[in-house]
Amino acid sequence: MEESARGRIATRLPSPADPAAVLGGGLKRLFIRLPLHIVLIGLAIIWSIPTIALLVSSFRTPQDIASNGWWNAFRLPLNFTTANYENVLQQHGMGRAFINSLIISVPATLLVILIAALAAYAFSWMRFPGRNALFLVMVGMLVVPLQMTLIPVLRLYVRLTPNVDMPILGGNLFGVSSFAGIWLAHTAYGLPLAVYLLRNFFGSLPKDLIESAYLDGASDLGVFFRIVLPLSVPALGALAIFQFLWVWNDLLVALTLLGDPRLYPMTVNITTLVSSFGSNYQVLTAAAFVSMVVPLIIFFALQRYFVQGLLAGAVKG
Amino acid sequence: MIGRRWWAPWLWLAPAITLLSVFLIYPVVDTLRRSLLNADSTRFVGFDNYKFIIDNPVPLLSNTHSAILNNVLWLVLFTSFAVGVGLGIALLASRVRYEAVAKSAIFIPMAVSFVAASVIWRFMYVFDPHIGTINAFITHFGGHSTAWIQNTNAPQTWLTSLGPTTLPDPIQINNLALIIVGVWVWTGFAVVVLSAGLRAISSEMLQAARVDGANEWQIFRRIIIPVLSPTIAVVATTLVIQALKLFDLVWVMTGGKFKTDVIATLFFREAFLIQDFGVGSALAIVLLLAVVPVMVVSIRRFQFQEETR
Amino acid sequence: MASVTFDHVTKRFDETPAITDLDLEIADREFLVLVGPSGCGKSTALRMLAGLETVTRGKIYIGDRLVNDVPAKDRDLAMVFQSYALYPHMSVYDNMAFGLKLRKVKKEEIRRRVTEAARTLDIEELLKRKPRQLSGGQRQRVAVGRAIVREPRAFLFDEPLSNLDAKLRVQTRAELSKLHERIGTTFIYVTHDQTEAMTMADRIAVLRDGIIQQVGRPQELYEHPDNIFVAGFIGSPAMNFFDATVRGEPESLQLDTGPFHLPIPREKAAGLLPYRGKKVVLGVRPESIHDSDFPRSGVIPVQVQAAVDVLELMGNEVFLHLLSDGVSFLARVDSRTKAKPGRKIQVLFDLGEMHAFDADTQQAIPLDKPF
Repeated sequence: MEESARGRIATRLPSPADPAAVLGGGLKRLFIRLPLHIVLIGLAIIWSIPTIALLVSSFRTPQDIASNGWWNAFRLPLNFTTANYENVLQQHGMGRAFINSLIISVPATLLVILIAALAAYAFSWMRFPGRNALFLVMVGMLVVPLQMTLIPVLRLYVRLTPNVDMPILGGNLFGVSSFAGIWLAHTAYGLPLAVYLLRNFFGSLPKDLIESAYLDGASDLGVFFRIVLPLSVPALGALAIFQFLWVWNDLLVALTLLGDPRLYPMTVNITTLVSSFGSNYQVLTAAAFVSMVVPLIIFFALQRYFVQGLLAGAVKG
Repeated sequence: MIGRRWWAPWLWLAPAITLLSVFLIYPVVDTLRRSLLNADSTRFVGFDNYKFIIDNPVPLLSNTHSAILNNVLWLVLFTSFAVGVGLGIALLASRVRYEAVAKSAIFIPMAVSFVAASVIWRFMYVFDPHIGTINAFITHFGGHSTAWIQNTNAPQTWLTSLGPTTLPDPIQINNLALIIVGVWVWTGFAVVVLSAGLRAISSEMLQAARVDGANEWQIFRRIIIPVLSPTIAVVATTLVIQALKLFDLVWVMTGGKFKTDVIATLFFREAFLIQDFGVGSALAIVLLLAVVPVMVVSIRRFQFQEETR
Repeated sequence: MASVTFDHVTKRFDETPAITDLDLEIADREFLVLVGPSGCGKSTALRMLAGLETVTRGKIYIGDRLVNDVPAKDRDLAMVFQSYALYPHMSVYDNMAFGLKLRKVKKEEIRRRVTEAARTLDIEELLKRKPRQLSGGQRQRVAVGRAIVREPRAFLFDEPLSNLDAKLRVQTRAELSKLHERIGTTFIYVTHDQTEAMTMADRIAVLRDGIIQQVGRPQELYEHPDNIFVAGFIGSPAMNFFDATVRGEPESLQLDTGPFHLPIPREKAAGLLPYRGKKVVLGVRPESIHDSDFPRSGVIPVQVQAAVDVLELMGNEVFLHLLSDGVSFLARVDSRTKAKPGRKIQVLFDLGEMHAFDADTQQAIPLDKPF
């Protein structure tokens, strides 16, 4: 913004009566800045090539993929196909895995937001002994590497798993290979960061608003649902996007807690495809792209929230 | 608040406290306990598991030294590349009108999973130069095709041609190839944060410097870098934590084979494939000990920023 | 509608006292203004009444009901905040209706009350807007409207005019007075601005460091301040104070301020008699110091010479900052004055309007018979 404003001023500086000077100035400026443009555009292209290669290849026939590089795809006659997608969705379980990813990610996102918001409200607007210490302990949990928790959680789950199938969704009702089990785990892992972010946001809301609502007759629940949550939509949105993508893209937790292939989300499914179809790229490229569709849609549709969410959440891991 | 029962806050906190206790606090305590027990957690063995990590008795099956050194290599190279390239791109992008588009292109990899990124790059790294983009590029300019994922040799550089024929252990081609994938994913993060930091440097400050006779290099060296250094530190600590906890990328790209293991992948194999919960837990504790100081620093700074905001 | 009683109320934050032994009865339908400098505890008092702060010691009653342990939402009070505290995500209508909805008032009844309040405040055309689309003055009206529709037992105002510009503040003062007359509910109003207190209040309570200094009608506080603090706080520009010693014979007492000696008028002398030879503080309001070229009738003039330091033209009058042997004071004189900065001038002290205070206790020395 500022740069373009400065640029306009710079080109306006020569006398307007001398259009040649203006034109010459602009050209000269472009020439001086040419290396800048080349380097920057070059880097942007280099960064995009791997993704483009994947996308293009996923629409090529198995014979084409195996015989020559993706950059030949645009030679005439064009020979694109959607067969790879039909193949991975139907035969390699990516269709079911897509649904599973949704079934895992959406509740895990909503749960973490609800539970973290409740806790953050207490930390922001209630006084109780040990408040600051407890908050620090909760946020301090960010240091725990997820890997560390997996053995104990898995053991616990093995002990708690009932031999009851979950109707409709499949898998167990709770514990190992259950959606409920992985929802709770992801919710817990997301809490330290979510509590931290929401507490900071809630704490920045004007105190007068909250007190005014109390005087208007609102209870804590009323203030929470009618005042605090509606005013926190930007923070909740950023947090939701981060948590959703985190769960959607997670491999480790799902790999550990879901033993049943019917429950695999896409990340786990692709990982098994990689080990069994290591160089079968008509399968892998299409599968990988299927897993990328939702994140990319979120990226392009909600870019601002998306960036905020990832920036806020980057410390998690 | 008048009329609020003393237990009301605890009711609001109860779900969070319960979940954190079960999924984070209990596991940490339990892991600590198991790290002092034998493989199936039936007998107390003292620090034998930690001794195992230090002594590295079965380097072919689970090479603890290589895993730790690889983490160190990641920590240094991944962090410095991502910060360096990110800073360069942020500076360049701040000077053009298509800043947003350029940054988007760099940032997109952040959206996809490490699993998808791994597939993307396995495809880029394919050995057959007719298919693998990187090898096609190299052979096009007269080079030789390389097995990027399997090659454990040190890269041929001016360093190796100088004298010492081997570089230190973890510097091997496949590790570098993996680090490139990590940099590809995380540079976008560095760019976005650093751009925000750059925008905070007022154009008046830069104009004042130009009026004072500073050239572009001096402006970069004397103004931009010092003002930006807290932001750079934020980016660097985040990336260091990512480097330490690294798992998905290595697991999908190589499964830890070809001496590419890092602590987290080795842990996973020990715990879930070899089923040695003792060594696995000890590795997890090592990881925790490595992460804690970095995390403490970054939370401290977070808080400091909150307070000074 | 209800009376409000603070019965020996004390409030401490940790160990710091914010309010000490506040004892105050506010009658039903009264307009009481709590005034004092910032940090004097006036907002804390209001917030205790509202139920936003606990009471450390003492009792607060609304009507006959002891409310110490009653939650804010059940006290049936409405408060207008300094920031107005309008809910930014709700329309003006919803802001005003919020409290009624929470109290499960019927929809038609809400509509009736909101429209009526909006008509009263002339904000009918704003009902659909969001707070951020309103000007400062409009927001203030909405905040008042939100309080009115609740039909509470008492209205609490916490510096509601301090975010308005000067002109709007004057206008709103008048409107608030009118509003009080019309709806006839108890108003408790906190401000640091003595002008607001003087212009609107039935009674004023002056607070300093958490302690009540004086409670009374505005005119009472102006004419008979109980101590130096109230004397200096009420009235603008503030009263001039001179350190003085009482000298002379009982029938011809004088005040010796150093630079000048003032003979004490006979009708004021009785009160000062016990202070013969002692130090007192003389208080003279700027409006009781006149230019000797334009004397007023009905005053007890004492002539004093002083140098003009600064001269402020106010249009209808002139403020003279005067110096007399290192003692500075302010006079509020006729605009036709010929005073010029740096020049000497004769001024007349109207000692009929003088105040005197005990130098040690700071308390007023009664000079007139109290009414």
